[in-house]
Amino acid sequence: MLLKKLTEASGVSGNEKEVREMIIEEIKDYVDEIKIDSLGNLIAIKKGSAGYPKIMLAAHMDETGLMVKSIDENGFIKFYTVGGIDDRILISKVVSIGKDKVRGVIGAKAIHLQEPDERNKTLKHKQLYIDIGAKSKAEAEKLVSLGDYVTFFSDYVEFGDQLVKAKALDDRIGCAILIEILKYRYSSTIAAVFTVQEEIGLRGAGPAAYSLNPDIAVIVEGTTCHDVTDIDEPNFATRLGAGPALSIMDNASYYNKNILNRIIETAKKENIPYQLRQTTMGGTDAGSIHLAREGILCAGIAVPCRYIHSPISVMSKKDFEGCSNLVKAFLESIREEEFING
Amino acid sequence: MRLEEVLSCLVESSGVSGYEHTVSEIIETYLKDLCDDVRKDRLGNVIGYKKGFGQHPIKIMLAAHMDEIGLMVKGIDKNGFIKVTNIGGLDQRILLAQEVIVHGKKDLFGVIGAKPPHLQTVEEIKETVKMDDLLIDVGLSKAEAENFITIGDTITIPQKMIRLQNEIVSAKALDDRAGIATMLQCLIELSKMKHACDIYVVATVQEEVGTRGAIVSTYQIEPDIGIAVDVGFAATPELPKDEVMELGKGPGISFGGNIHPKIHQQFIKIAKEYNIPYQIELSPRMSGTDAQSMQISQAGVATGVISIPLRYMHTTVETADMKDIKNAGKLLSAFILSLNDENLEEFLCF
Amino acid sequence: MDKDKVSLLTKLLETYGPSGNENLVREVIFNEINQYVDEIKTDRLGNLIAIKRGSGKKIMIAAHMDEIGVIITGIDENGYLRFANIGGVSPYVSLGQRVMFCDGLQGVVHMEHLEDIKQLKLEKMYIDIGAINREDALSKVNIGDSACFYKPFVQMGEAFVSKAMDDRIGCFIAIEALKQIKNSPNEIYFVFTVQEEIGLRGAKTSAFGIDPDVGISVDITDTGDTPKAKHMAVKMGSGPAIKIKDNYLLSHPAVKQLMIDTAKEHQIPYQLEVLEFGGTDSGAIHLTRGGVPSGVLSIPCRYAHTPCEMVSIKDVENSIKLLTKILEKEILI
Repeated sequence: MLLKKLTEASGVSGNEKEVREMIIEEIKDYVDEIKIDSLGNLIAIKKGSAGYPKIMLAAHMDETGLMVKSIDENGFIKFYTVGGIDDRILISKVVSIGKDKVRGVIGAKAIHLQEPDERNKTLKHKQLYIDIGAKSKAEAEKLVSLGDYVTFFSDYVEFGDQLVKAKALDDRIGCAILIEILKYRYSSTIAAVFTVQEEIGLRGAGPAAYSLNPDIAVIVEGTTCHDVTDIDEPNFATRLGAGPALSIMDNASYYNKNILNRIIETAKKENIPYQLRQTTMGGTDAGSIHLAREGILCAGIAVPCRYIHSPISVMSKKDFEGCSNLVKAFLESIREEEFING
Repeated sequence: MRLEEVLSCLVESSGVSGYEHTVSEIIETYLKDLCDDVRKDRLGNVIGYKKGFGQHPIKIMLAAHMDEIGLMVKGIDKNGFIKVTNIGGLDQRILLAQEVIVHGKKDLFGVIGAKPPHLQTVEEIKETVKMDDLLIDVGLSKAEAENFITIGDTITIPQKMIRLQNEIVSAKALDDRAGIATMLQCLIELSKMKHACDIYVVATVQEEVGTRGAIVSTYQIEPDIGIAVDVGFAATPELPKDEVMELGKGPGISFGGNIHPKIHQQFIKIAKEYNIPYQIELSPRMSGTDAQSMQISQAGVATGVISIPLRYMHTTVETADMKDIKNAGKLLSAFILSLNDENLEEFLCF
Repeated sequence: MDKDKVSLLTKLLETYGPSGNENLVREVIFNEINQYVDEIKTDRLGNLIAIKRGSGKKIMIAAHMDEIGVIITGIDENGYLRFANIGGVSPYVSLGQRVMFCDGLQGVVHMEHLEDIKQLKLEKMYIDIGAINREDALSKVNIGDSACFYKPFVQMGEAFVSKAMDDRIGCFIAIEALKQIKNSPNEIYFVFTVQEEIGLRGAKTSAFGIDPDVGISVDITDTGDTPKAKHMAVKMGSGPAIKIKDNYLLSHPAVKQLMIDTAKEHQIPYQLEVLEFGGTDSGAIHLTRGGVPSGVLSIPCRYAHTPCEMVSIKDVENSIKLLTKILEKEILI
C-alpha cells in the first residue's frame, strides 16, 4: 500500500534518498521526464496540450528527525534534532538509525529514582541519548556513524473510524497524492516536484520553482490539526474528517484568492467537503515558490494531521481521498487559456 | 609574504559589514598576483577569476567573507560622547573597557568607558551593560566631535594579532579573515599547477548581517560548485565536547542538508589521500555560512563548507591554529585539482 | 499644502488595503497617475508598475500600498470573530480600536478577561461586529476576510495624523514626484508594491522583473523625539531622513551620497537615519539578481504601527522636493 510504504521509509531533511528512489519506482512508467536537481529535488514532467498552463505541484519528501552527534565511552548516542521537534515527545520512543536501520531506544530515568520535582521538568534533547545496546564505544562505532540520520520507528496502522496512524504523514501524504495524480494525463502540463529540506526552511522548493518557472503552483501538504476536546474555534486550526483544508494565509505566504476560489468552486461542483485552514501559523513550500523570479501564484491544499511532527501522527482516510480527488478535479477543470502567466 | 603576515595584515585592517573598502583593497592587491582577473561587483564583493584548462570547465566558486562585526555611530550626545549600535552579532559584554577606533573623516581613538565600581550599586554590577547605555569617549566636545564624526561612521576595536604558543594566533576578525587567508593559500598551492576548473575566489561582503554578498555574487557567477570557507566552533572547557571541533586537528569538513553529499565525500577522500588532518563538523540544519545562500541561488548549486576551528568567536580575541589554516588551503587546492569536466555530472549525481 | 493634494492624501490613507488585499489602493493610484506615465501595468503578485521612459539608467522607486491589519480565523457561536495579525500588530495598540473590512463594515477589538494585562496577546482578543449569533456574523463576513484599522485622517497643527501613513505617505510622495518631474534623463520605474509588511514580498519579485540599476524606497521611519524615547537621532520636522541602515539594508554609499548631495545642492533640510530594527522594500531590492545599489528616503513618523501615525507636513513637502530633484539628475551609479 503506497502510503504505508512511503511513511515507513526514512527521509530526514537532507537525506531524502530512500524516499526519492521509492517515488521514482512508482512514477517512472507514467511520466515523460524525470530529473534530480543539485539539491536532490525530484522533478517529474507530464506534458499537456498547447494553450494550457504549466502547473507545478509540490509535496516535500523530507520528515523531521534526528542526527547522531556523538557516541560516548559506554556506547550511548547523543543527537541533534533536525526540523521542528517538540523535545517532550522524544522520551520512551524507539528509533531507527542510518542506512541499516539499527534499532535504538530513547529512555528516561526510572520514576522510582527521581526527585519529586523532576517529573515536572521537560528533559531537553541535549540531555537525552539513544541506547542501541552496545557495550562500548568501539562496538557502537561499528554500527553507527557520526552524522547518521535517525527516524522514529513507527508502523503504518489503520484504526478507529477510517483513521491512519503513521510517522511522516507530513508530507508523505502529499507525495502519495502527487504519485496518484501523475497516473493520469491532463490538458495542462504537470511539473510534479517532490521537494527536499522543507522542514529546515523551505529550502528545496525555491530553486525548483526558479528552474521550472510555472504559471501557477499547488502545494499538497499534511497540516496541523488540534481538534481535541474543549478547544475553542479557531484554535483547532483544522478538523479531522471535515475534508481537505485550503490555505488563506500562513507565516510564509498570502495565498492567491483567485486560485483558492476556483478550487472552492471545484469542491462544490464535485461535492467534495472542504474546510478553510483557520490559523496563520506554520508555512509551506509556497513560501519559497511564490517569491521565485517575478512571482508565482500559489494555492495550498492539505490533509489535517493530529500530532503532526511526532511518530504517531493521525489522519482520516476520508480527508486523504477528498484531498486527492479535489486536486485531480481541479486540474481537470482547468480551461484553455486559464491561469496562463498566473 | 608568509601566510601569518598576510593574516595579520588582514585582521588588523577594518571592514565592518557594508563598509569593507579598507580590507577590500588589501585583498584585491593579493588576488591580483594570484588570479587572471580581479573585479568588484556593485555591492563590493571582490571576485578573483583564474581560468582552468578544461574544455568545458567546471565553475567552482570559493567564498569567504571579508566583513567583520563592529559598531556604528548612531548619535553624538551633548557632551560629545558617542552613542552606538551594533553591526552583526556582537556580544555587548566584550565592549566594556575596550579601546576603539572611530572611522570618521579621519580615524579617531576612543575608549568605551564604564561607571567606576565605587559608584555602582550591587544590582548594577550584576547586570551586563546594555548597548543603549554605552558611551564612547573620544575626548572631544560635541562641536569638535561633529567635525570628524557623522552618524553612520563605523567603529572597530584595534586589536593587533597576538602570537600565542604552538603556532596559535589570536586576533579580532579571524571570522572570517582566516577564511580569506585559506583561499589565498589555496591559490598559492595552485599557482604552479594545472587545474581543469575555472575558479572564482570571492571575498564576500555583509555575511554577518545575512550572507548578503553571497546572494548576489552567486547569482552573477552561476557556479556548478560553491564552497564556503568560514570558521567553526572549537573546544574550550565550558563547551560540550561533542558539539565542537578541536584546535590544531585540521579543518572541519561539514556534513548536513546544506552540503551536497558527494562534495562531503570527496573532501574526505582527498584529505585521506593527501594525509591532510581533518575533522567532521555536523550541520543538522543550516550551516550559518555563505553556503546557505549559495545553495539556493537560481536553480540551485551543489555546495560544501570547510570550517577553520575557532575559539571565542565574535570576541576580539578569536583564537585559531595557523596549521589548520594552512591545511585547509591545501585541502581546497587538492579538492579543486581532483575535479574535471568529464566527471561532473556523475560526480554530483544523487 | 494645497487642498487637492490633501484630498488625494486623505483618499490614499483612508482606503482599505491590508497586505494581500491591495486592490482598492491600486485602483486609486492607477487613476491618479495613469495620464502622467508612458506605460503602466500590474504584475502577478499585484505590484503596480508605472514607467517614465528615458535613455539613462533604470531607477526603481518603491513605496508599498499595503498596511498592517488582521485576518479572521474563526467565528464563535455568539458571532464574535477571532483573528490573527497581518504584519506587525501589537495587541496593546489594538485594544479598544476599530477595524474596517473591505466593504466598510466595522468592528471593535477587545479582550477576554485577564488577571494580568501583561498576558495580553492576539489569541486572547476578538472582534465584535454587533452580530447576534454565528449565522448573523456569517452573513456579513467570512473566515479569511481581512480588516484594516479604522481612523479618519486629521490635521493636528503642522502635522498629519492617520492610520496607514505607513506607507501611503510614501505612495503619495512618489505620486507627487512623478507628476512634478520635468525632463529626467533616467528611466524611472515607480513601483507601488504589495505585501511589504509581511516580508518585503512584492518588492522582491518586481525588482527581479525590472532588474534596475539603482533602487530607492520611500517609507516611514521611527523618531527619537518623544518623551523618554529609545535613543534615535531622527526628529519629526527636521527634514526627510536618508537611511544609513536598518535590519535589512546597509545603504549603498553611492546612493546615500547622491541623496545627501542633492539635498545640499537644493538646500533641502535632511537628517541621517540609523534604525535598529525593521526593514523596507530596499532590503529586498538590493539583493535582486546580481545586486542593486539601493537606499531609502525616509519620512520621520511618530507612533508607527498605530492608528495615529504622525508626520510633519514640512517633511512631506521636502521629501517630495528631494525625490523630484534626485530623479531629475542624471544618475550615474
